[in-house]
Amino acid sequence: MSTLKTLNGNQAIAEAVRQIDPDVMAAYPITPSTAIVETIAKFKADGLITGEFVCPESEHSAMSVCIGASSAGGRVMTATASQGLALMWEMLYIAAGLRLPIVAAIVNRSLSAPINIHGDHSDTMGARDSGWIQIYSENCQEAYDNFIQAFRIGEDLKVRTPVFVGLDGFIISHSLEVIQVEDDAKVKKFVGEYKSVYPLLDTSRKMTVGPIDFTDYYFEHKRNQMEGIENAPPVIEAVGKEFGQKFGREYGFFEEYRMDDAELCIVVMSSAAGTCKDAVDELRSDGKRIGLLKPRIFRPFPHEKIAEALKKMKAIAVLDRSSSPGAFGAPLFTEVRSALYDYAERPHIVNYVYGLGGRDIKVEHFKEVALKLEKIAETGKVEEIYGYINLRE
Amino acid sequence: MKKETWKELTIGTINLDAGNSVKNLTGTWRSGKKPQFIEEKCIQCFFCWLYCPHSAILVEGDEVKGINYDYCTGCGMCSVECPPKEKAIIMVKEEAKLAEGDAE
Repeated sequence: MSTLKTLNGNQAIAEAVRQIDPDVMAAYPITPSTAIVETIAKFKADGLITGEFVCPESEHSAMSVCIGASSAGGRVMTATASQGLALMWEMLYIAAGLRLPIVAAIVNRSLSAPINIHGDHSDTMGARDSGWIQIYSENCQEAYDNFIQAFRIGEDLKVRTPVFVGLDGFIISHSLEVIQVEDDAKVKKFVGEYKSVYPLLDTSRKMTVGPIDFTDYYFEHKRNQMEGIENAPPVIEAVGKEFGQKFGREYGFFEEYRMDDAELCIVVMSSAAGTCKDAVDELRSDGKRIGLLKPRIFRPFPHEKIAEALKKMKAIAVLDRSSSPGAFGAPLFTEVRSALYDYAERPHIVNYVYGLGGRDIKVEHFKEVALKLEKIAETGKVEEIYGYINLRE
Repeated sequence: MKKETWKELTIGTINLDAGNSVKNLTGTWRSGKKPQFIEEKCIQCFFCWLYCPHSAILVEGDEVKGINYDYCTGCGMCSVECPPKEKAIIMVKEEAKLAEGDAE
């Protein structure tokens, strides 16, 4: 039976893990994702899950265990954050290159230095070219829902690609929320049984996994790998729709909030989108024609759909919770701006970096952004294309 | 050997033709020098066989009989390790060798 439970983001992920009961869970605890690993360990100790729970000596080893277990033929998950994801880095590319549909809950946290344990997107954005699908969650409910869908997406035979499910450190991972937890059997049925195509444990077949490629094969194998993530959009769409039919909450590539007659738009992902909705509501009641576009899928980036949704805007602000030093704007901005390039009449588009190291972003900050967008739309002039929100200048 | 396009490859770099490295004739890597086996000087110590990184020492029965040039890369390790004062394996100049195309 579907029930309402008061859970924080970490507990919501652990609850989904308990329901899905993957064959192998390998994780090393790191703030703010520790409670996921801790709760899974408790479930295992209490006999609530049957899968193997492996506690390795580092995140590098955790991802290595995941790769081994997934190659062997199992359904596999892990969870980490920040430096933990950074330590996994070389193994992330191997998981993607071997087309292993590992699902990882990433509790988004800043990267050192300076050391900081709070939420931003530096960790997953640092791994944006590792070949993993990236899904971002606004709240605990979305984290739970996205985590369940991630298995279906990654394990699809045409996709077979690992998946990150991001949730903001502390803001989501440690905030209690009343969420709809679906029936165990229904979740299990939705996720279905996992069948590995070339399991290493099938000893009847002689094969090699992860051999060396020289100049004559590496390029073809990498192109072959890209096909998996490029096949993901129709699967993401179908799984999001089916989730809606089964559980009443439908998902797409992004959420449009009060965008119908909008002229101005703020593009922002994850928990800040929740705050932005309040700001949009207040601005709307003041008669401003402003909306929000909240990307959910960052990889593969839904460039055509996002461009279609944004092309009529007069001015757009893309808000990034990570920076890309030396680049022409932060990661989300460069994607959105590039997606709009092919239109003859393009909206004005600016980028603001916010919330690094967990710095607050409040309704008033979104209102300041709206004022700037209004000015750009009125004058047709962009004074600063790149700026920062709530930073002591 | 025709090389597959990216569409023809098995996903995830999986090689279903395990052991197919025998098709990779590493002899094409030799450049300029090759080992020459002088049977009458050989003491059958098998050091060359032990050290050869490409298993290119030919053995018949219990005896070293020569070099398999399909796989010998010409690294010279066998010649260095050969213990007799008058070595049973010496490196000689090689004018023409197996070409890349021959491996296919």
